[in-house]
Amino acid sequence: MAECHPVGFRWVMAAKSRGAKVIHVDPRFTRTSAVADLHVPIRAGSDIAFLGGLIRHVIETERYFLEYVLHYTNAPALICEDFKDTEDLDGLFSGWNEKDGQYDPASWAYEGTDVGPAAGNREHFTGQPYSERGTQSGAERFDFTLQHPRCVFQIVKRHFSRYTPELVEEVCGVPRELFLQVAEAVCANSGRERTTAFCYAVGWTQHSTGVQYIRSASILQLLLGNVGRPGGGIMALRGHASIQGSTDIPTLYDILPGYLPMPKDKHDTSFEQYVKLNGSPSGWWSEFPKYAVSLLKAWFGAAATKENGWRFDDLPRLSGDHSHMTTVSAMADGEVKGYFLMGENPTVGSMHGALHRKAMRKLDWLVVRDFALTESAEFWRDAPEIERGEVRPEDVPTEVFFFPAATHTEKDGSFTNTQRLLQWHHKAVEPPGDCRSELHFTYHLGRRLKELYAGSMEPSDQGLLTLTWDYPVSGESEEPSAEAVLQEINGFRVADRQPVGQFTDLKDDGSTACGCWIYCGSYAKGVNQTARRKPGREQPCVALEWGWAWPANRHMLYNRASADPEGRPWSERKRYVWWDEEKKHWTGHDTPDFIADRPPSYRPGKDAKGIDTLAGDNPFVMQGDGLGWLYAPSGLADGPLPTHYEPQEGVVENFLYGQQCNPGRMEWLRRDNPYHRPWDDPRFPCLITTYRLTEHHTAGGMSRWLTWLSELQPEMFCEVSPQLAREKGLTNGGWATITTARGEIEARVLVTERIPPLRIKGRRIQQIGLPYHWGSKGRVRGDAANELISFVADPNVSIQESKALTGAIEAGRRSRGRRVVTSGPLVPALSSGGHERDLPVVGHKPVGPHGISESRTQEGD
Amino acid sequence: MGFLSSLSRWPVLQQIRKGDVHALRETARSPRSEQLRPRTEGADRVVQSICPYCAVGCGQLVYVKDEKILDIEGDPDSPISEGCLCPKGAATFQLVTGSHRVQRVLHRRPHGTEWEEVPLDWALEQVAQRVKRTREETWEETTKEGRRVHRTMGIAHLGGATLDNEENYLIKKLFTALGIVQVENQARI
Amino acid sequence: MAAVGFFTDTTICIGCKACEVACKEWNQLPDDGLRFTGMSYDNTAALGASTWRHVSFIERPVPLTGQETGLGDFSWLLQSDVCKHCHRAGCLEACPTGAIIRTEFDSVYVQPDICNGCGYCVVSCPFGVIDRREDDGRAWKCTLCYDRLKGGMEPACAKACPTDSIQFGDLDELKDRARGRLERLHRHGVTEAYLYGADAAGQPGTEGLNAFFLLLDKPEVYNLPPDPVAPAMEAKPAWTSMAFAVLGMAAAAVGAVLMGRES
Repeated sequence: MAECHPVGFRWVMAAKSRGAKVIHVDPRFTRTSAVADLHVPIRAGSDIAFLGGLIRHVIETERYFLEYVLHYTNAPALICEDFKDTEDLDGLFSGWNEKDGQYDPASWAYEGTDVGPAAGNREHFTGQPYSERGTQSGAERFDFTLQHPRCVFQIVKRHFSRYTPELVEEVCGVPRELFLQVAEAVCANSGRERTTAFCYAVGWTQHSTGVQYIRSASILQLLLGNVGRPGGGIMALRGHASIQGSTDIPTLYDILPGYLPMPKDKHDTSFEQYVKLNGSPSGWWSEFPKYAVSLLKAWFGAAATKENGWRFDDLPRLSGDHSHMTTVSAMADGEVKGYFLMGENPTVGSMHGALHRKAMRKLDWLVVRDFALTESAEFWRDAPEIERGEVRPEDVPTEVFFFPAATHTEKDGSFTNTQRLLQWHHKAVEPPGDCRSELHFTYHLGRRLKELYAGSMEPSDQGLLTLTWDYPVSGESEEPSAEAVLQEINGFRVADRQPVGQFTDLKDDGSTACGCWIYCGSYAKGVNQTARRKPGREQPCVALEWGWAWPANRHMLYNRASADPEGRPWSERKRYVWWDEEKKHWTGHDTPDFIADRPPSYRPGKDAKGIDTLAGDNPFVMQGDGLGWLYAPSGLADGPLPTHYEPQEGVVENFLYGQQCNPGRMEWLRRDNPYHRPWDDPRFPCLITTYRLTEHHTAGGMSRWLTWLSELQPEMFCEVSPQLAREKGLTNGGWATITTARGEIEARVLVTERIPPLRIKGRRIQQIGLPYHWGSKGRVRGDAANELISFVADPNVSIQESKALTGAIEAGRRSRGRRVVTSGPLVPALSSGGHERDLPVVGHKPVGPHGISESRTQEGD
Repeated sequence: MGFLSSLSRWPVLQQIRKGDVHALRETARSPRSEQLRPRTEGADRVVQSICPYCAVGCGQLVYVKDEKILDIEGDPDSPISEGCLCPKGAATFQLVTGSHRVQRVLHRRPHGTEWEEVPLDWALEQVAQRVKRTREETWEETTKEGRRVHRTMGIAHLGGATLDNEENYLIKKLFTALGIVQVENQARI
Repeated sequence: MAAVGFFTDTTICIGCKACEVACKEWNQLPDDGLRFTGMSYDNTAALGASTWRHVSFIERPVPLTGQETGLGDFSWLLQSDVCKHCHRAGCLEACPTGAIIRTEFDSVYVQPDICNGCGYCVVSCPFGVIDRREDDGRAWKCTLCYDRLKGGMEPACAKACPTDSIQFGDLDELKDRARGRLERLHRHGVTEAYLYGADAAGQPGTEGLNAFFLLLDKPEVYNLPPDPVAPAMEAKPAWTSMAFAVLGMAAAAVGAVLMGRES
């Protein structure tokens, strides 16, 4: 956190000075470790075992917050009799469908019922959508003594029972004494009077089982009563100014603004069907139709009517996974013709740069918008394969347009920070030359396309032609008004275009329009709430009058849980939101995240529907049953509980299960994307992890061109332990070559104790640390670490695995810039005999469950 | 008067009057030193902004004079950052004013070996035409299985995590209406 | 006007280098070369004509009191170094042109419009802080943001510092705060913590620093002199020994002449 979010870490240091204990668990000793009370080196890729160990410790030593667990989580709920745990099936849960190569989650459900999750796979592409089986409001059978063998609590307890301190030591390389110190500190700092917070970044997410890392932390925090309470929670530290915003208002394939799912071809055949499958009869998602109709009204205006299903049929349909790696894979096969890159540099920032470049060479046209000519903009003339003569620029048919971008100081707009806080930045000066905002580019592209298609009667063009696109422009460059766009995002009454105040004002009858329901209120009362700047020192510390947090200016989600079931603060010390019995409403330091006037004593009747199903002590309002899920009966593709699986490329066998890797992971079985042996690959004995440095920003587009930052970290380097340096003859300040089956790169060597070898079951595992900021352009240059990484992904969110893989290192500048994509195999093949990633039942997974096919083409043919 | 005032500025007299016997204090100050002021005092306006790097969302103050940025530093009013910035945030001035910024639209023809400068309007029109052509060539109303998909898989997009919410909104809105489903950004990567 | 200065508390430094960049931004300083040093995360290496804040990264095979790590005996000391604005400043005393002055804020300031680049100051700084820039030949160092101080603003580095490791303010107040912090650390068992240059008693050779530090190891570990002395302080003994030397040489010369006569 000190490395990549130094100013966020200001508050950790403030807490530390007031007595908080800071624990840092990381494969490396970083700037965060330097000031931590306790630093725990862990083997990259083994965190579920570590967190599972903590969960077990909390349960076995009975340190969970019983009252919280009983009332606010699904611990007492009974699960289906058909459910089988990974403990029973050697690493698989019940429901594995051999034919489809994925889970059917039916057996994971609550006994006799099915409940919609707040997020995640709210339906499956190929499975029967849950809601069709009759989603109900919650579990129907409970055991509040938590003793029933099929209650969630006992299932969780049994699932993690083998995650002992001894196992943690073996799997993670963390000595048990150190692990127990963490466990004791976490327990001692949880409960009524104290809370513990977890902060993470992509070190937890970029794994083939990344979502389950976060689930592990959720289970732990729910058991300890650390969710929805001040000083608690699980904090995602995101790395871009508006990466949260680009998820809320997604430039992502699978969702529409406000986390409404994109329609799927198989099931969402009409608007009614879409609402039926994706809404929920209970919990807050029961409001789904209001948000969906209001979005379509915002997009299609008067053309969207109840009769035409609000023009729902103008939305394209998904037929599978269309995420980044799938797109690039299809592009490499010649299936994608045109590509827009807006402020992103995938040949450096994304995995397997060479495969990206191959894909881009197959395009008819590419549009790049950035501040400078990045590696992705110049892939056709500046790349290792071009230097090697394997590709000649003259042979690259792609037409490239480069549009210089305006900076944040040259345009109005809002960023959403990592705490969901929208903050407006005002334009300070005009952009120079032809530099323009993305707002300008997109607006004028849309305007021109509407002109080009004017008069078309083709059904394919009606969505574009009816799309509302009337934004006022100003100035010589005809810059559209960002504030007008925010007004549409906020929403308005269709009749008089007056802004709506909050999402509870939205209607499903077409009388309201709203571009993103969770941002409803950001322009309440006709005022740009995101531009509010009441100084922090002039208001209480929650600072409700600085910017605007979604939803409804709530700074902490699920904060109803900061009060006990009767609505009283758990303790004076941790007072945050509570029920005011006199005034009969919720109040506190923050905007209460609950139905304002619903008393703690409220219990839904049998016929209750929609949000009326939420009891007065159900804090987790987005869940169908209003409870925190220790066990997820729906929503996940790879199991209701986190399970330790090894990475796609590991250094050791899975000590817990016969199933080596996440059975649901996505693989791209292509000749240009070879994988190493699952473990014990003699060609690639070291563990590689990648990361960022304080001095640079992601792929470097905003840092490598700046002298003030470049001089601070001027070259690509690798970090190795003194032992590894001795073994391999690496010298500090000298050169090393690092190789995987995808490619070879060179880097300067930094020999340091800060990246220690770890002892795993008696074996010493060497780790290589690689920052990934450099490329062939900019003021400072170096090979890109991501050239080493393969295409492989988590099945829930399609995130790649770049935080744990294997590789080899040798001294000197031995790299010849080879890439498997254009140079052919770099290393001789090995038989994988005895080294299987999957149990036989999983191993017969058909190729292409995610629309991924065997590579049909090789470069040049 | 003139003589007296010049006499009073005579260093030796100043030294005696001010007790600065070593002549290392006021008396040694050059006129430049005397007149030194923070350059931000001359700003025409101070614009409140937000750091464009990570997602902490630190407040920034952008000082502008004669339509040029003079200085960018932390905004002490921000309850998030209280005036602090990290090295990247502190380097924002160079990010936005640096010579690395390309200021003209560039075009690389198919099989070309160099960039060519082209007018913005022309390039925008070309891109619109490419989108139209590719979209029409690759339009997929139904899948092989006969399911209605109403889309093009021939066009894709990547980017958004560094952009404004309003920009992401227009991108998602326009591209979805065009039937482009492969819209992605760094949030997944 | 009261004396102001910096208290740099290295125990809470996270080595982010915001100070280095904020300084370069405000003072519009050029880079100091783009080279990989292999010295931990320190690639600026030292203070110089164009680097007025410099963060040291010291990897030590010694545990930090109060910290436990699976690495065993290891810790990483981080320290943001800067011009000390010595009470008795070698550079200022050596400057023959009057370019270096003590300001109304009690800081030591090089007036770039006066400096002629003679370089006497460079060899006179016991900390090796001040240096000449190759292009214009003049001497440069931290100004304590003299221009900002005149406008009532705090120096850029202290303002940017995310953890308040660099604190700016009234020198007496800073010293009180530093002593309080030191006592607290000592109470918590960090007995190795001490203040470097906080007063004349502790550092007679400079008569105390207006930019002082809280350190956790010997000064040499941070590349700081254990006993810095402004060269002019040594002038008197130096003159005396020179006088003796001259006398000795004269005597030898006389002796030689006499001996020559004898032969």
